[in-house]
Amino acid sequence: MSKHTLSVLVENKPGVLSRITSLFSRRGFNIDSLAVGTTEHPEVSRITIVVNVEALPLEQVTKQLNKLVNVLKIVELDPQAAIHRELILVKVRADNDTRSQIVEIVQLFRAKTVDVAPEAVTIEATGSSDKLEAMLRMLEPFGIKELVQSGAIAIGRGARSITDRSLRALERTA
Amino acid sequence: MTEQATGAPKPQPRAPRGGAPQPTTTVAHVTGAQSLIRSLEAVGADTVFGIPGGAILPAYDPMMDSTAVRHILVRHEQGAGHAATGYAQATGKVGVCMATSGPGATNLVTPIADAHMDSVPLVAITGQVASKTIGTDAFQEADICGITLPITKHNFLVTDPADIPRTIAEAFHIASTGRPGPVLVDIAKDALQRRTTFSWPPTPELPGYRPVSRPHAKQIREAARLIAEARRPVLYAGGGVIKARASAELRALAELTGAPVTTTLMALGAFPDSHPQHLGMPGMHGSVAAVTALQKADLIVALGARFDDRVTGRIESFAPHAKIVHADIDPAEIGKNRVADVPIVGDVKDVMNDLTSALRGDAGSQAGPARYAAWWDQLNRWRETYPLGYDLPENGSLSPQQVIERIGQLAPEDTIYTAGVGQHQMWAAHYLPFEKPGTWLNSGGLGTMGYAVPAAMGAKAGSPGTTVWAIDGDGCFQMTNQELATAALNNIPIKVAIINNGALGMVRQWQTLFYNQRYSNTVLRDARGGAYSGSVGEGHAAATSTGTRIPDFVKLAEAMGCVGLRCEEPDQLDAVIEKANAINDRPVVVDFIVHEDAMVWPMVAAGTSNDEVMAARGVRPDFSDAADD
Repeated sequence: MSKHTLSVLVENKPGVLSRITSLFSRRGFNIDSLAVGTTEHPEVSRITIVVNVEALPLEQVTKQLNKLVNVLKIVELDPQAAIHRELILVKVRADNDTRSQIVEIVQLFRAKTVDVAPEAVTIEATGSSDKLEAMLRMLEPFGIKELVQSGAIAIGRGARSITDRSLRALERTA
Repeated sequence: MTEQATGAPKPQPRAPRGGAPQPTTTVAHVTGAQSLIRSLEAVGADTVFGIPGGAILPAYDPMMDSTAVRHILVRHEQGAGHAATGYAQATGKVGVCMATSGPGATNLVTPIADAHMDSVPLVAITGQVASKTIGTDAFQEADICGITLPITKHNFLVTDPADIPRTIAEAFHIASTGRPGPVLVDIAKDALQRRTTFSWPPTPELPGYRPVSRPHAKQIREAARLIAEARRPVLYAGGGVIKARASAELRALAELTGAPVTTTLMALGAFPDSHPQHLGMPGMHGSVAAVTALQKADLIVALGARFDDRVTGRIESFAPHAKIVHADIDPAEIGKNRVADVPIVGDVKDVMNDLTSALRGDAGSQAGPARYAAWWDQLNRWRETYPLGYDLPENGSLSPQQVIERIGQLAPEDTIYTAGVGQHQMWAAHYLPFEKPGTWLNSGGLGTMGYAVPAAMGAKAGSPGTTVWAIDGDGCFQMTNQELATAALNNIPIKVAIINNGALGMVRQWQTLFYNQRYSNTVLRDARGGAYSGSVGEGHAAATSTGTRIPDFVKLAEAMGCVGLRCEEPDQLDAVIEKANAINDRPVVVDFIVHEDAMVWPMVAAGTSNDEVMAARGVRPDFSDAADD
């Protein structure tokens, strides 16, 4: 099994996300992470799905996704040729003795302190999942009170855009 | 499907093709309900099976005035769905059913799932509660779009009446193109009631729907090369051949190559049973020759087939020596169950045309029947040694296989047959004569008991000049027989043969073979006079064919306005069938009281390898002559 990142362009319509997720559960695939948002074209949403599967089941799930009427395009992003980012917000226990050490870690990972209270600091960090895991390991000894993570989003490197052609198709029918 | 029987517009705005209704250029001010009926008329729907109810009620008022759309009032929404499926399979057009919200819609779930598994073009229109009450658990509210998400090709919720024409056009287009399938259109009651405008044709908005149809030339060349090189090829034809109306192309390809053909349960009639190259049906209850040919093949050319588990048996040991050419219009079928050496995405009609052309070229000089002489020697030996057959019951009672065989022999040419699910379905597949596509309608993928009667009604409604025989079991019949009242009242004179063995026969067969003859809850007939429990344990005398008749199918048929006949003796058989064949003004139901211990053979037990095919109970074919070279 290996991790794959799928970028799925879909029509921005009600119920499309549930079509995607129900297809995954019906065909017996687990989703590691999922992130949804609109694109530069308001009628198109982009869903980034990270799955942990073998090559053949991945091909099958991609083909099944392609059959969904609201799906415009699916691209598997090569990890070498794409930028992956996740966002976390983490609330860490802090007092006068530990706060400066925590802030130092935040700076080392180029994260941000977004809220400070007498007993805690809240940190915002973005990065690859490896980097964020490393930061969390460093923060763990201080006591993590609360953690929230976004699904991964990813974009290919270089000038080419995966949305160009799909948007043209959309404009043809508009 | 390359041809489209409806007037649904293509996604690209082009001039409408010949035969399609002329576009209405004027914009009419109508209600949403009127817009719906006008859309159905414009798209070419001529028959709708359904039942009204609260949420869909507005649609039924303009329906009453439509001269182009005939509505057939069924007795249960499941009947509407299967009737629409039968109509679609008999005519090649899109079948349409209609129901109200909540329970009306959920009663359509089984036929929608059935149509999805068998790739039947179906449009189901359901009423939904008013848009502002959606999500409040309103009276008769069910999230039918959510419920049918995994069993439809696509579905729509319409809350704005302006969207109705476009949605109907898109629904028919999606249902009938590419790999056909069911599409549900759920329309909120207020969208039916509000004022809107109607104009036709609407502009479709389906940017993500692009069914592939042209096969790739390189793949065709590669497939042709494999066919020319093969020594033991089999053409494995599935339901896609019938959907693509490609029987002539299949025959041309088969006769050019000289390769044997096997037609799946969904493809019976795609290639004539009487053709010398036809091996019969593959799979769990396939012919020994077809099952074994696939097992021993060095090349399988799958045409609109999907390597279903009922065909392959244990997939790991299916056709171990075969290279696979897999042609299907649905890319997701290719490589799903068995990896394809040569995948071909395309309409199977185009694929076979292209393959035939390629083989007629230089590769073709190497193919031809003579090349496969050794293979045909083996195939013929299996066919001759293990033909389909049955023994007549020793006690002189009716043999179910003989009943079905005689119906097939005495029915007029081009008769359409439908079947339920179980033993009678398999016997029908074995012993009816299938010479033409579209003459065999059954529930293959979902295995829906109760399919036969409503599907026969739908087929007859769509093809009124054709004789339609439903071959049904007594278990299946009791699931949907209320549609006989619909058929009688609407002058849809179908013929129903109840193969009445007083049991859930296929389950009983498995209990005989795998559960020590402990007949738990498979006994439908009270054979012992009281103390009925539905079960018979070990050591009990087998129930005889006499006993009380609950229900009495002859009386039941008569109560629903049909002619009821009964046949219990072999010497009455032909006379009763001929009498049924002669009645064409009303539906006819014949209660054939048959021997209950008859079993379906050959059989590959579930979960085992097709190498373990049993020609009959305890008879394992000897393939020692078929050592692989």
